[in-house]
Amino acid sequence: MSLRTPLSKVIGRGSAGDGVGHWWIQRVTSVALLPLTAWFVISLLRQPLQSYDAMRGWLGQPWVAVLTILLVFTLAWHSKLGVQVVVEDYVHGKGAKTTLLLLSTFVHIGAAVAGIFAILALALS
Amino acid sequence: MNQRPLSPHLGVYKFMYTMSLSILHRITGLVASAGFLLFVWWLMALAAGPAAYATAMGALASPFAKLLLVGFTFSFIYHFCNGIRHLVWDTGRGLERKQARRSGAFVVVAALLLSLVTIWFACRAFGVAS
Repeated sequence: MSLRTPLSKVIGRGSAGDGVGHWWIQRVTSVALLPLTAWFVISLLRQPLQSYDAMRGWLGQPWVAVLTILLVFTLAWHSKLGVQVVVEDYVHGKGAKTTLLLLSTFVHIGAAVAGIFAILALALS
Repeated sequence: MNQRPLSPHLGVYKFMYTMSLSILHRITGLVASAGFLLFVWWLMALAAGPAAYATAMGALASPFAKLLLVGFTFSFIYHFCNGIRHLVWDTGRGLERKQARRSGAFVVVAALLLSLVTIWFACRAFGVAS
């Protein structure tokens, strides 16, 4: 005997109300981040970091800019999902949990927009 | 409701080092999230112009910041390596006790070696005499 209603079985989203979406996107973003982060770290460390002109010239190249925008976007998404899991597992007070989740969402979206804006500003000026 | 044993109830298990690798994945993930904010701050400094970039690079050159960067580097690389281990597990492979212990040891060694290599290249890119 199952306690689940026929409707909840058909919709298939479980008790949290969003099915395996969170779990799956965390995997998708992690797969995307493997080549993106590896590329970024290897390319970045080949640049003379102290030279503003060299760094600006490097990051302003079309493909470097596009890949770095993808990196910032995917990092923010993956990080947001990960922080959410940690908060949901260890913070049990309803008020504290909601506050932290909201704060994390705002900070991640803000950081993603700032990072992408910075790259566009360098690449398009 | 509050009296029920809620997962994660870790006290019932005998301690294995694979458990610390598991919690380390979460801790390094959180540290990497902080590193992401630092990365965005660095990008914004670069976009703000030469003076702001010089200030940012100056701040990153302090001994405390260097220690922090070493921590971020190891955290990120450990999370990267152990993340691959998790992705392999998601395909249903490598979940036997022996396999999981061996892959755990492999991840720790790989993360330490890759961190050393990355820090060496980072010192050169920063212009730190090594």
